[in-house]
Amino acid sequence: MSSHVAVEQRGAEVVLTDFGWHYPGREQPSLSAVSARIRPGERVMLLGPSGAGKSTLLQAMAGVEQDPDGESRSGDLTVNGLDPRDARGSVGFMHQDPETQVILARVGDDVAFGLENLAVPREQIWPRVGAALAEVGLDLPLDHSTTALSGGQKQRLALAGTMAMHPQLLLLDEPTASVDEQGAVELRDAVDRVVAMAGTTLIVVEHRVGLWESVVDRVIVLDDHGSIAFDGPTKDVLVDARELLQKQGTWVPDWTPHTRPAPARDAQAAPLLETRGLAASRTQPNSRVVARRRRRGRKAWAKGRPVETDVFGNGNAIPAAANINLTVRAGQALAITGQNGAGKSTLALTLAGLLLPCAGTVLATEALAGDAPADPSLWEGSELITRIGSVFQHPEHQFLCSTVRAELEYGPLQAARHGAGPGVNEERIDSLLRRLDLEDIADANPFTLSGGQKRRLSVATVLASAPEVLILDEPTFGQDAETWRELVTMLVEEMERGTAVVAVTHDRELIKALNAVEMRLGA
Amino acid sequence: MSVTTIGDTARFSPVGRSNAVVKLLGALLITAVLVVSADPVTSGIALLGQLILLSAAGQKPLRLLLTLWPITVAALISGWGTAMLSPEGGTVLLNLGWITVTTGSLAAGAAIALRGLAIALPGITVLLTTDPTDLADGLAQTLRLPERFVLASLAALRLVEVMVKEWSVLASARRARGAGNDRGPVGMTKEFGGQAFTLLVQSLRRATRLAMTMEARGFGAGKRTWARVPSYSRVDLYTGGAAVLIAVGAIAVSMLMGTHRFIWQ
Repeated sequence: MSSHVAVEQRGAEVVLTDFGWHYPGREQPSLSAVSARIRPGERVMLLGPSGAGKSTLLQAMAGVEQDPDGESRSGDLTVNGLDPRDARGSVGFMHQDPETQVILARVGDDVAFGLENLAVPREQIWPRVGAALAEVGLDLPLDHSTTALSGGQKQRLALAGTMAMHPQLLLLDEPTASVDEQGAVELRDAVDRVVAMAGTTLIVVEHRVGLWESVVDRVIVLDDHGSIAFDGPTKDVLVDARELLQKQGTWVPDWTPHTRPAPARDAQAAPLLETRGLAASRTQPNSRVVARRRRRGRKAWAKGRPVETDVFGNGNAIPAAANINLTVRAGQALAITGQNGAGKSTLALTLAGLLLPCAGTVLATEALAGDAPADPSLWEGSELITRIGSVFQHPEHQFLCSTVRAELEYGPLQAARHGAGPGVNEERIDSLLRRLDLEDIADANPFTLSGGQKRRLSVATVLASAPEVLILDEPTFGQDAETWRELVTMLVEEMERGTAVVAVTHDRELIKALNAVEMRLGA
Repeated sequence: MSVTTIGDTARFSPVGRSNAVVKLLGALLITAVLVVSADPVTSGIALLGQLILLSAAGQKPLRLLLTLWPITVAALISGWGTAMLSPEGGTVLLNLGWITVTTGSLAAGAAIALRGLAIALPGITVLLTTDPTDLADGLAQTLRLPERFVLASLAALRLVEVMVKEWSVLASARRARGAGNDRGPVGMTKEFGGQAFTLLVQSLRRATRLAMTMEARGFGAGKRTWARVPSYSRVDLYTGGAAVLIAVGAIAVSMLMGTHRFIWQ
């Protein structure tokens, strides 16, 4: 299978001369006067604050950046002496979203796609596909479905598809941003291996410096204006630029941002939510059935009759997590950890009353439920948001309005309309905007914000309704150190106020910073 | 995972293993014969032939018709409509003022229903028993359809599944924000619109990123090769032969019986 095709292959040379990029309509240029010479086979990590044009630079090198009027770019950029747009095929490019990194339905076809486009003769394609899959450590049949792969596997598949084309320059734009820790390490090792074998020039944009430190031999740091602040050997730059990098929110090795200490653990704190023998599943009855049964359940509750536990008839679903007994306490943090597929997110959604249990119960105590039923899955939307706030992994899924301020006012307005709250408390909203550093963009459309801003807003929208339990799914995933610090500070402040925090997370530092009790699934 | 559960077993049946182009051309031939013929005998024989072919290929034809109930129902309704409104003569069976059902109009109705089913079935069979990748191979390589178009459609098809999953995530993400409280038609329409808008925004972004991925892998740069040759086997001979037999047989039998009528006659 691995009859490696002999190819004359060395790394490409990249030369930047006063290269700049200024999007029309923006005040600040994304990149200005960037000059550097990257030698064949060199391995470079590109760092800088978010929005500093790192991705723009990589896309320009890959020749995939859109510049319809030719007015955005200035200066010179060549790959092996050519304009990158003419050097396609010798440049491999990967971005951070695993889902759109996969093109076709079968593993083998997906790797072969690039080779077909390069018009590689058929008899050479399959040996090259096999070799590329072996190099990245994906031992799968060629007709294996690409949909069934994990995020990390999809990224390695994309790496195989890119390396099969024998590029001379490999560009990686935050390749591990959407991949869990284990997947990230496997991907990094695969990159290290394939680049070493082929002598490819490597340029990687990342904010997990510690992960890539051992792989790269040169680091370039951009400043806020998109110019080069530091450029040199990895060891030197990581020492010299340490302070700047910390200020920019880059995760430099052996450093966690300083945050407000969380309240001490207290096993006696008032319980708010309890589960008994809970089993959670993604498989749910259809929405009409759910609505009908919810109405029945509420009617039984209103008449003081016991609500049947199988009221939702979801007993046949296959549980993602089973036999869960936990207690969520006021002012305390609970971390739900475990491997991919252990059912962490499913459990969180079930706790939040958004999915129906397939066995056992979730019960809110009197302190949380108040004048609503004890079973959160029977709550109306307006009852839910004033009691349990859920923050989903992708902030955009939860945006409902056209401005940041309207987004924050939405929850309280909904609650007030259904008589479940005092309405919009302008003071609380102003204070949220201030605390989360969203004041300047209060009138901006939520979809236009940066990744960190979106994350902060999605937490703020939930806090605006002042819930007593806050449930977050991977809140710090892929966030820079500055956003991380702000998030933790906000959560600690909420805990001091008596809010319970439940976080699904892989982030050890977050668990430590919140003094969280850990519950490991699938152990 | 396929859209329907029936598809998985169907793909491993003899019809499923036939070459996609053979199936497509066979289906086109049967459909063409039925489109130009208007009599119930041709439709009936073609439908019967297709059902026999499907059972020989390991399918349960009745279950198929039930799974595809919208089409079955549509065929029955159009048949019923024709039966009521058709002016053709014969013995009067039912007279409700302006609606008169006669043996003639009933026959016309049955013909329409049969024809509708018989025309719809070949296309559906192809869709259910063919892997999209194989179909794309055939369309681009054998039938020489523009490869850019074929491959872009194939890549987009993968994202449909992602969208379906995202829709249910969106529903709970919005409930968590307190949306979707209103039960009235206006509120429900608004909520649906909002959810659909978010899905649209996400899908457009995803499409842009996918286009970037494809471009970075050299898509659209110029002439391309194909990793796979569409394969032909003995099974294709049987499937193709069966399709021709059904098409030609239906029209021939009907002509011999003297019942055949072209649509323009």
